[in-house]
Amino acid sequence: MKRRQFNKLLTGIAAGIGLGAAMFGGQALAEEPLKVGFVYVGPIGDHGWSYQHDQGRLALEEHFGDKVKTTYVENVPEGADAERVIRNLAQSGHELIFTTSFGFMNPTVKVAKQYPKVKFEHATGYKLSKNLATYIGKTYEGRYVAGYVASQMTKSNKIGYIASFPIPEVIRDINAVQLALNKYNPEAELKIIWVNSWFDPGKEADAANAMMDQGVDVILQHTDSPAAMQAAERRGKYAVGQASDMSGFGPNAHLLSVIDDWGPHYIAETQKVMDGSWESTPMVEGMAEGAIVIPSFNDAIPADVVAKAEELIAGIKDGSVQPFAGPIKNQAGELKVAEGEVLGWDELEKMNWYVEGVNGELPK
Amino acid sequence: MDIDLITNILYAMVRTGTPLLLVALGELVCEKSGVLNLGQEGMLLMGAVVGFVAALLSGSLMLGFLLAIIAGVTMSLLFGVIALGFNANQVATGLALTIFGTGLSAFIGTEFVGKPINGLDPYALPLLSDIPLIGKMLFAQDLVVYLSFGLFAAVYWFFRSSRPGLVVKAVGENPHAANAIGLPVMRTRYLAVMFGGAMAGLAGGYLSIAYTPLWVENMSAGRGWIALALVVFASWKVERVLLGAWLFGLASILHLVFQGLGFSISSNLLAILPYAATILVLVLLSRNQVRARLLAPMSLGKSFHASS
Repeated sequence: MKRRQFNKLLTGIAAGIGLGAAMFGGQALAEEPLKVGFVYVGPIGDHGWSYQHDQGRLALEEHFGDKVKTTYVENVPEGADAERVIRNLAQSGHELIFTTSFGFMNPTVKVAKQYPKVKFEHATGYKLSKNLATYIGKTYEGRYVAGYVASQMTKSNKIGYIASFPIPEVIRDINAVQLALNKYNPEAELKIIWVNSWFDPGKEADAANAMMDQGVDVILQHTDSPAAMQAAERRGKYAVGQASDMSGFGPNAHLLSVIDDWGPHYIAETQKVMDGSWESTPMVEGMAEGAIVIPSFNDAIPADVVAKAEELIAGIKDGSVQPFAGPIKNQAGELKVAEGEVLGWDELEKMNWYVEGVNGELPK
Repeated sequence: MDIDLITNILYAMVRTGTPLLLVALGELVCEKSGVLNLGQEGMLLMGAVVGFVAALLSGSLMLGFLLAIIAGVTMSLLFGVIALGFNANQVATGLALTIFGTGLSAFIGTEFVGKPINGLDPYALPLLSDIPLIGKMLFAQDLVVYLSFGLFAAVYWFFRSSRPGLVVKAVGENPHAANAIGLPVMRTRYLAVMFGGAMAGLAGGYLSIAYTPLWVENMSAGRGWIALALVVFASWKVERVLLGAWLFGLASILHLVFQGLGFSISSNLLAILPYAATILVLVLLSRNQVRARLLAPMSLGKSFHASS
């Protein structure tokens, strides 16, 4: 996952200096807690992606107390600077290092080779080595439930989707919503607007307003700011929160939020390093592992819809509900997944086509 | 497209263009006096964070706007002291101001991320806002947008028919000549820089209190830079700044609207329109060297010392 923000390079350098100071502080401790390092692409104040990772780090600290010591570096640009930051962490005695953006993949691979004793975990990537594992959240599971709730809450049968960049992760989630619509309310139309940004509150609000001008009454988003939620609240429509709990921004508009909860993963992996049972594996975690969470539902949602949504969540957890179960056709109507088959992660990982029912062409 | 949709597009165009208009008007005055302040983005962010925090803690949106303006002026004074007082390079000082403002605003705002406030609501003027097409665009906006209309008119009048406007222009064209006939070059430049800071601060407050009432790091997302480009795009003419700001607003709205309507135009292509237009204007301007030099204030970006 690529996350860029303006001027990140410069603030990144400042963060690097901060890191240097943090490391001096770490060496002064006599007892030896396990040192765990985190590298974030954005500011922890983005209230979205990096914020959630930092919440996971805080959960880790709370769980282990004195037994761990965590260090984080925020606003790290994806590129040469990232390599330096990761190497600094490895050099200063961190035994487990999480790099939390797609663009950190190659730097992490490089540093992992140089420090074979340090364990690395890279989020959303696909390259593995002896001491490098990957992890990613199955957000589409939450998105499928959100799609179901949206399909029931819309009165105009127009649902909006604010999308960031046409990468597999985003396309997969759009498809999950469309599949829920196909199943539970085929009349509903999904309007997709690409804003070509992960984070631009103004633009996200503009997109939300443009949709509502066109009759949309439920808005989903795969961008990070709560601006669309606010816009929906102002105009008395509904919206679904992304990445972190956005209910504070639209007490009436907020239907639910699909949240990445990295805490359980960070705790489990740190425990494995302590036990010596850590292995390099690609980890794909969803609702069953507690990595994707829907903490609450709006009181405005009818009880039977909430009950059905809970049922879907339970089904996804035990595997009886599979959002990408066949038959699934693509936009041209060709059968891509046969009846009785389920699209596997290896296919989902590189998904680059829309399912039947999605309007508009996929941007190239 | 039905008439309601067009009405809404025009309405959104003005809303989106307003922060650009405010910053660009401030920078225009600043550049007319011969000072190039690249710190707009930093002042914008400082205005946004200070305005938001003040509005959140005091519960008064007006106090928020006031402190946003003061934050912008304070930042611009910092620029003024370094670039005018110590004669430092204006480009370098402006860039430093942007970096400083970005970092400082993030630092101040850490505690306030994710806190909602009730933002400034639009106030529709009765009768006038019912005019078809342009009624909503011009008369159903919030107070800051109305203020931006007034500020535009004021700046327009200032340069067209006021004596201080002539002084600013004279100082920007040739500070030595202006100094020789007894015009207060330094004071004029300081005031112009402070006006630029006030406008950027107000625009920041508009972002965090009215447009999207929240604070998140880097929420201006480059609007300060777009406004800088706008001044060049407008070839330093006040009326073109208004036109440009709204055109930029329209371009950034249109690609969202078209996508919603299902037109298969590349959203990337539409998104680059404003920037492509700026480059085009720059090319057209520089085609004719003499005209280009006549448009830009002659001493733009050059430092001035009375004894030199």
